[in-house]
Amino acid sequence: MPAPEQRDEVEMLATMLLIRRFEERASQQYQAQKIGGFCHLYIGQEAVVTGAVAATRPDDYLITAYRDHAHALARGTSADACMAELFGKATGCSRGLGGSMHYFDKANHMYGGHAIVGAHVPLAAGMAFAAKYRKEDRVTLCFFGDGAINQGGFHEALNLAGLFKLPVIFICENNFFAMGTSVKRSTSLEHIVDRAEGYDMRGEIVDGMNFREVRDKLSEIIASIRKDPHPAFVEARTYRYRGHSMSDPASYRTKEELEKYRLDDPITRLRAQLTREGKLTNEQFDKMDKRAKEEAMASVKFAEESPEPPLDELYDYTYANGVEAGVSPAKKTASGKKA
Amino acid sequence: MREITYRQALNEALAEEIERDPNVFLMGEEVAEYNGAYKVSQGLLDRFGAERIIDTPISENGFAGLGIGAAMVGLRPVVEFMTFSFSLVAFDQIVNNAPNMLTMSGGQFNIPITFRGPNGPAHQLGATHSHATECLFANVPGLKICTPATPRDAKGLLKTAVRDNNPVLVLECELFYSHKGMVDDEGVDLLIPLGEAEIKRAGSDVTIICYAQTVPMALAAAETLAGEKINAEVLDLRSIKPLDLPAILRSVAKTHRVVIAEQDRPFCGVGAEISYRIQKEIFDELDAPIMRVAQEDVPMPYNERLEQAVLPNAEKIVAAAKKIC
Ligand SMILES: Cc1ncc(C[n+]2csc(CCOP(=O)(O)OP(=O)(O)O)c2C)c(N)n1
Repeated sequence: MPAPEQRDEVEMLATMLLIRRFEERASQQYQAQKIGGFCHLYIGQEAVVTGAVAATRPDDYLITAYRDHAHALARGTSADACMAELFGKATGCSRGLGGSMHYFDKANHMYGGHAIVGAHVPLAAGMAFAAKYRKEDRVTLCFFGDGAINQGGFHEALNLAGLFKLPVIFICENNFFAMGTSVKRSTSLEHIVDRAEGYDMRGEIVDGMNFREVRDKLSEIIASIRKDPHPAFVEARTYRYRGHSMSDPASYRTKEELEKYRLDDPITRLRAQLTREGKLTNEQFDKMDKRAKEEAMASVKFAEESPEPPLDELYDYTYANGVEAGVSPAKKTASGKKA
Repeated sequence: MREITYRQALNEALAEEIERDPNVFLMGEEVAEYNGAYKVSQGLLDRFGAERIIDTPISENGFAGLGIGAAMVGLRPVVEFMTFSFSLVAFDQIVNNAPNMLTMSGGQFNIPITFRGPNGPAHQLGATHSHATECLFANVPGLKICTPATPRDAKGLLKTAVRDNNPVLVLECELFYSHKGMVDDEGVDLLIPLGEAEIKRAGSDVTIICYAQTVPMALAAAETLAGEKINAEVLDLRSIKPLDLPAILRSVAKTHRVVIAEQDRPFCGVGAEISYRIQKEIFDELDAPIMRVAQEDVPMPYNERLEQAVLPNAEKIVAAAKKIC
């Protein structure tokens, strides 16, 4: 039962392809040492964020952890801005100041990119609080990994959301591992979703390799939240094909396990569903994939040719300029213009 | 003596202390089965078993507190933070519980715990992952802080930290884990006292006070300065707290000029306290203002060129020294 606000499936498949091709390029560029710091790839998990985004409006809030390239791309941040950020260029979505783990895109309601595990979960509660405070029907999507659910801040945020009935969906992208630690070795509960119960919150498990399942479950929850604000918890079971970060050989899991999930690839699955239903031809798919590859390739060129953030901007973003005009009359020099 | 890496030196220190005292155990994220995010605890799980080398969930506040509680009743935990940037999640435990307990209990509960892990900026990790936490923790009475820069200091200071009856922070350097250096033979019980600085290069014209990441920078700067007929003394603090003030004063009384090279931020940074102490104790010995080279006072940018502009380096130390020599 596709809700009226659901996004077109073929378009979302194209987004999944763009995410995959973008990250394959990013991985190459990282190995070529064009990208510094840590870089965590999302490959394998694409159905989770695209499924969720397909169920939302563009003005709904979205916030995530450091495995964030896909979340920005799904929200509409350009591949150019995403790649330029990895290259540390001024044209990046965070002006080259944030890097892979700290993508931000205010215009597309993507509120980061947060690299301290669990630390953004309370922020999501805050964004949902603001929406409710202003009597807006926006929903906040908060993504995090299975490793985040044992942080104090996570629990405090869930309690606050439950207590204040905040319009936020906590989406645990359960890829079964936090670096080398499996959920079995990190979490006292057998099922992550049971965390929700302790906070009197609806909890659902979805197959995170299945775009449609993610989208439809989210649509249902969002419809309910828009009517009457409340939090919800979704455990999306998924898998990352690559290591935790570029430097992790992932020797803690078996080839067989990885192969099992690869056979269940979210892109292949949505493609098959659409083809079977006569909504997509092979030619169309190939064209889409070609376009995704070209866009990813072009983003590398764009990033390479972009300028670095200038040295004399070093102090420009430590403090915001100005004061809120309504609170205290601002002098002309302090009214938001750079000093 | 033999040559080993900084990583191996820390590994030996852990192994020796865990072997020596059944109350000592190692706990942290990925320390056991993964052998440590930076492989410092390589092989320890195999050797000592899962009862003493313990993987935790990502719950810094929880396991730091667990360590303090265990210390209250007689154990001597070594708690690893994957990096000290993540220790900020456990700030309440480290700042409020560990160092206050002895005073609050009227002397009944000391907390013999070691918190260790890499500290300070590494390379392009961005604002959340690049904290140099020493100045935050140095502000707290009851905490001890050491900052080894060489394999030998790493081994000797960590072993001492584990035996100290107070909470001690061993702030390691991620970028040094693969550095090699001469360390006493295995079997030597290498203990380097906390609060003892070491002259890493003797000189007469200017004292470069440094610690952790700034030690190799200071040594490189001293080489450059030597080419310009400035003979710099490089004094490695090794511990921030307790601070080896006598060693600082001795050196300054000899050279009469000071550059403090610190890896933290300038405002209320380690160098601020040291400059105050020097001028208070031996103002008359100073022939020039005390210079400080620290980070720029901004959140760490990801961009490499900007990051380099923020960080201290040998050139900045040379420039500071030349201003006063
Ligand atoms: C507070 C904190 N502790 C530790 C880390 C180091 N760290 C980064 S990612 C990670 C694993 C997180 O796993 P999970 O939440 O399952 O997300 P996934 O990597 O699977 O996307 C760890 C331990 C961190 N960034 N922040």
